[in-house]
Amino acid sequence: MGSNMAECHPVGFQWVMEAKAAGARVIHVDPRFTRTSALADTFVALRAGSDIAFLGAIVNHILTNRREFREYVVAYTNASSIVGDDFRDTEDLDGLFSGWDPEEKAYDPSTWQYAGMPVAPSAGHREAAAQGEAHGHGAKLAAGEPATDPTLDDPRCVFQILKRHFARYTPELVEEVCGVPREQFLEVAEALCANSGRERTTAMCYAVGWTQHTVGAQYIRTAAIIQLLLGNMGRPGGGILALRGHASIQGSTDIPTLYNILPGYLPMPHAATHQTLADYIAANTAPGGFWGHTDAYVVSLLKAWWGDAATAENDWCYDYLPFITGDHSAYRTTLDMVDGKVKGYFVMGENPVVGSANGKLQRLALTKLDWMVVRDLVEIETASFWKDGPEIDSGELKTAEIATEVFFLPAAAHTEKDGSFTQTQRMLQWHTKAVEPQGDCRSELWFYWHLGRIIREKLGGSTDERDRPVLDLTWDYPLVDGDPAAATVLREINGVGPDGRTVSGYTALKADGSTRCGCWIYSGCYADEVNQTARRRPGHEQTHYALEWGWAWPANRRILYNRASADPSGKPWSERKKLIWWDEAEGKWTGEDVPDFVIDKPPDYAPVEGAKAEHALRGDEPFVMQTDGKGWLFAPSGLVDGPLPSHYEPHESPFTNPLYAQQANPARQMFRRKGNRYNDEDGKAYPFVMTTYRLTEHHTAGGMSRFLPHLAELQPEMFCEVSPALAAERGLVNGGWATISSARTAIEARVLVTDRVKPLTVQGRVLHQVGLPYHWGWKGLVTGDAANDLFALALDPNVHIQEVKAATCDIQPGRRPR
Amino acid sequence: MSARKLIASWPVVRQLTGPDRLGLRQSAQSEWSATLESRTETADRVVPSICPYCAVGCAQRIYVKDEKVIQVEGDPDSPVSRGRLCPKGSATKQLVTGGQREYKVKYRRPGGADWEDLALDRAMDMIADRVIATRAATWDGPNRRTLGIASLGGATLDNEENYLMKKLYTALGAIQVENQARI
Repeated sequence: MGSNMAECHPVGFQWVMEAKAAGARVIHVDPRFTRTSALADTFVALRAGSDIAFLGAIVNHILTNRREFREYVVAYTNASSIVGDDFRDTEDLDGLFSGWDPEEKAYDPSTWQYAGMPVAPSAGHREAAAQGEAHGHGAKLAAGEPATDPTLDDPRCVFQILKRHFARYTPELVEEVCGVPREQFLEVAEALCANSGRERTTAMCYAVGWTQHTVGAQYIRTAAIIQLLLGNMGRPGGGILALRGHASIQGSTDIPTLYNILPGYLPMPHAATHQTLADYIAANTAPGGFWGHTDAYVVSLLKAWWGDAATAENDWCYDYLPFITGDHSAYRTTLDMVDGKVKGYFVMGENPVVGSANGKLQRLALTKLDWMVVRDLVEIETASFWKDGPEIDSGELKTAEIATEVFFLPAAAHTEKDGSFTQTQRMLQWHTKAVEPQGDCRSELWFYWHLGRIIREKLGGSTDERDRPVLDLTWDYPLVDGDPAAATVLREINGVGPDGRTVSGYTALKADGSTRCGCWIYSGCYADEVNQTARRRPGHEQTHYALEWGWAWPANRRILYNRASADPSGKPWSERKKLIWWDEAEGKWTGEDVPDFVIDKPPDYAPVEGAKAEHALRGDEPFVMQTDGKGWLFAPSGLVDGPLPSHYEPHESPFTNPLYAQQANPARQMFRRKGNRYNDEDGKAYPFVMTTYRLTEHHTAGGMSRFLPHLAELQPEMFCEVSPALAAERGLVNGGWATISSARTAIEARVLVTDRVKPLTVQGRVLHQVGLPYHWGWKGLVTGDAANDLFALALDPNVHIQEVKAATCDIQPGRRPR
Repeated sequence: MSARKLIASWPVVRQLTGPDRLGLRQSAQSEWSATLESRTETADRVVPSICPYCAVGCAQRIYVKDEKVIQVEGDPDSPVSRGRLCPKGSATKQLVTGGQREYKVKYRRPGGADWEDLALDRAMDMIADRVIATRAATWDGPNRRTLGIASLGGATLDNEENYLMKKLYTALGAIQVENQARI
């Protein structure tokens, strides 16, 4: 769901086809019929933006028909935990959970906690307390054992809350909300149940069709609930698999060029709650699980960055870290640019004026900068908006009046530099430099190292305290042909011990300053002084887990939480689905994958009083990053928009929410301001739903595809997909022009009339959907209007991702006005 | 050529008498095509690499001759991709050697009507000056940061590059550092 894997990840899709050939059933649920649908056993067309209703009804189907994998659910999830008396569900409050503050438009999550557990300290700073994503990888939970009811009958236990929450998510509701016939829904729900349990597992694959919504994080949560109820997590053939779209988009989150985290998902210090290192560690350390060692991870990072300058006396230079005070994400920053608050901007291998929502606003933002640096392989639209952008064309902007100073620096390609990409399964793979970059082309490694070097030289004599973090930075890397040696950077990321040799992994890290490590989850990628990411032992010489090809974080484990592949006593749930198991004779976990568990912790281990971190988890608690070792059906913390997923309509929708008075996600981020009009402010009707997507032959905003003759020839023109019924209704002609409009703008596209987009019956009336590939811009060998120009900034509140997979539009025949 | 050789050179004869009974391989090969040599055969070296497009992470082999990339192939050793590349991955040679690539720094002065040439060293120096000046002008002491400098990009870059970016930006106090993972 939310993915067109056959077209967007074709080479990965070969494994889906292998599975199908081996007897697996492939189900594709998507607004559009694509090549993925064509190759699937079952295709279900649903309304864009209605997935939670569909998935929630699967949850209800499982619970109503007692199809859950009971032993797995009782042992490995928080189904039995008792939630506090003050919790109120969306069923009680017509679409809101308890804790909603209508003034702040935000939740106070304190009533979502387990009964009898002290509420996690919020220090009166809701924003910091409810910082979604920062805790997403180490959600906070106060110390202590929650009360549980292993019979799952207590009306306040998670299992019963789940039942009540999803009780109205019926096949009839799916029909009404999603436009999916109830029989078809039941066929899918039953197929998932039948294909899960001891002997079988089901995997779910998704892509940005699930994330680019105002409820994106909750889409994934609903999938997680299903997979936990059916026992499909931590087991071979199971899981929820994100199909990422850039070579190292996983890596750029692990080692984040993101505002709210430091390497390894350590939160960026927040001014409200993390004034001192002690505050930071206290706030971000979990009583149980591997987030119990936050002190070792952060001190090792500070030592990696500030070396000998970081001492116990100065709290390892903790005060060299800047504070965040709220949302500083990409879209917030765009608006700050429009408001003149941002002066300088670096754009690296990204093309926001085409690839980000509300392209016009993106371009206007760039006009307000003092200076901008763009580094790319080609002269993308973002680099030259000031002379050839659509607003110059229309006369809205004049080149001479745009004061932005622009530096375009040509980048080196992956063949011209050493380095590692982290692919979609968390595997780091090394690419080796083949040739020297030509002319002024340089790697980002070169650029940032030399920029740092020059800045440090210029600040050399400074006595200003603010320059200490720059001047004390460890910045000595051996140079190879002018580039800092990438392998030495990877070695720093891996970390070194007191003996100066690389550490074997994150369990070797210490909080006493004796170890240095640039990213704790990557620790082990350079174990034994060997670049493990460069390993290329042929796949055919290995088991199908291929543990000696590349290196997957953490600790080269290929399936996360794989302790759950064995039953509580340590035996595989079935011979057919065995992965790792407890070897009683050897006294350790063993199997085909690297065990994601303390290797010698027996299944019957029980923590002693006062045990901390991983030692506080029992031998049958597989989710070792969770403080209680459980998979969370109900999330008492970590999300800002509710502990359970609820169906909300997209921010722009032609329908009312039949479930609750609350129409859309109450906590979604909106920006009602000039330049970002929403369709409800426009006074016009936008009766259709539009959704964006990718094509096989192009890559995101086009910088790596629209400029290449082969790819440009294969997909030469921007188009829109409409059904024959919509074409007839609006007089659209296949191959002719259409103008698609929203309150933001109007774009034009060639019309592709196709049965692939079927009209759906939703709430008793016919809904038409319009499909829009978003690769085009005004430059390159093939040009066209940018689909993203149509979309507004309306964001998921947890992760600040824009809703471009479901919004409303109108469509008319002919070219746009000029 | 003897009559015997001439007859033996007929594809249909070769197909019927040789091991290639389906006529898909040697028996269909002409004398001319038998002299052809794949450019991968004459490469000076083969360098292991990874496809730079999506996150499946297909392995590539980069064929280099005379210090130029002459071919990019899928690597059959990869347990992920087994030698396959999609249309984008197959266009990698064009991506890295094509005429669309820029090789020179370009500079646009404020209000300028067009690009101007600029030496790389000079550009680096100017950028460093702007970072220092903007940072000083927008410094937020209590929060040890600047909200005057932002950055976007990273998902197409290497881990090592993202690492140096985050390290330098954090030391400078620049926090609006973002990439495609947010989008």
